[in-house]
Amino acid sequence: MTPIVAAVNYFEPWWVQIIKALIIFGIIFAVLPILIIYERKLMGRMQNRYGPNRVGPYGLLQPLAEIVKFATKEPFRPTTSIGFLFRIAPMVAILTAVTSLAIIPFGNVQHIFGERVGLYGIDVSVGPLFVFAFGGIAFYGIMLGGWASGSKYSFLGAMRGAAQLISYEVSQGLALVGVIITSGTLSLTGIVHAQAGMWYFIPQLAGFLIFMTASFAETNRAPFDVVEGDSEIVGGYFTEYGGTAFVAYLFAEYTNMIVVSGMATTLFLGGWLMPFGIHPPGWVDPIVVLAKMFLVFTFFIWVRTTLPRLRYDQLMSFGWKILLPLATLNMLVTAVIVVAK
Amino acid sequence: MTPYDPSADVVEVYRAPKPGAARGLYRTFGETLRGLKTTFVRIPEGVTTIQYPEQKTPVYPRFRGRHKLHRFEDTGLEKCVGCSLCAAACPADCIRVVAAENTPENRVSAGERYAAVYEINLSRCIFCGYCEVACPFDAITMGHDYEMSDYTRSDLIFTKEMLLAEPIERTPLRREGE
Repeated sequence: MTPIVAAVNYFEPWWVQIIKALIIFGIIFAVLPILIIYERKLMGRMQNRYGPNRVGPYGLLQPLAEIVKFATKEPFRPTTSIGFLFRIAPMVAILTAVTSLAIIPFGNVQHIFGERVGLYGIDVSVGPLFVFAFGGIAFYGIMLGGWASGSKYSFLGAMRGAAQLISYEVSQGLALVGVIITSGTLSLTGIVHAQAGMWYFIPQLAGFLIFMTASFAETNRAPFDVVEGDSEIVGGYFTEYGGTAFVAYLFAEYTNMIVVSGMATTLFLGGWLMPFGIHPPGWVDPIVVLAKMFLVFTFFIWVRTTLPRLRYDQLMSFGWKILLPLATLNMLVTAVIVVAK
Repeated sequence: MTPYDPSADVVEVYRAPKPGAARGLYRTFGETLRGLKTTFVRIPEGVTTIQYPEQKTPVYPRFRGRHKLHRFEDTGLEKCVGCSLCAAACPADCIRVVAAENTPENRVSAGERYAAVYEINLSRCIFCGYCEVACPFDAITMGHDYEMSDYTRSDLIFTKEMLLAEPIERTPLRREGE
């Protein structure tokens, strides 16, 4: 039994750590615009239309054009805003989102150039708690952004965000407890290794569904996007943001979705493991993980096209009256079964 | 006469899934799955949008677009005799006609007079087609062109030469029975 303390399993030299961090950062930020155009194209097809198709072949350069547009915008802020906090809030949002990426395992430990390299940022022994810790700080990005804007709509969005994130973080955490009890470890790589026999979304189906539902709320995605609620409160906490600060929030939101997809892949969909007992060579691992994350991301888009936004009181009553009891029940039943074995 | 029974008119409406009940569970998950299926089958259906500047919806033959003035095909004389009936019929008051006498040296139209000035202010025109109805010589008809945006208002005042010119057919016409 491994002691559950915050020990970080370092066995690589420092330069490998830096290179790994840069590679993960680079790949994710290269993938983000692709995900954005993919989302818009897929949503278009699901609504019998093309989506963006003007810039470049099939409109594939649309994100590039938009980045140029955002980058050349004049930065301005309302006179009622608080300058320092207004500037720092998007940075907090994107910083926490990227930090959570560090623990997503993209593969097993490999031998590259004579060094043992784990295909993940770091392997902390508190795995999911790390994500929740930074998710808790990410909430400051929303809260500060909405409050420092000095605008009614931003403030309303931030308040909704505060309530929603706190409510659903509980269910999300409790849904993971089932997985942690079953695997007996908090390390994400350990959890993946424990899924060698069976991926956890089969025994933990209820937990998986609860986790996904809560994740929609945690990442402010439809049908739980009352934080942005563009038809009611313009844009929520980022109403007053424009240009690069807006892009920072946008990227933070999509990075959060990547993190949640990675968490779902790692905890429920077997990480880098392949089904039917296939054991590919080690370099295939990141591709398998990215493919699974891509499928989860597709599901996010699919749900966004399908379901309308919940009303605020429906959101709250669903979170506290349905999701939380279900998550607790799932945890208790799992605990009883594990102990009885 | 039987007394009014309000319960006959009451339609039961479920506003939200009832928490805990089996029916509530079905409504949350079953209906969500049905919705997911609905959006997914849209993908193989393909797209129904028309890529406007490249593709255009064909218009019907009776579509009332930009006006056209006509000439006689055999003699090349203008059909318009400058009677100003179109200007009188126009509810938006956007047509201006100044008539002048035909002379043997300068014969423009088939009648006694011709329109020396014929202007339609398309920024005021409501495309009702009354001018077409009012014209006794079928000199003015409504065309099929609907792309008339321009950069200044004065560019939208179409003169006689512009209305007489053979229009660039930019709008596809629906075939019979289409």
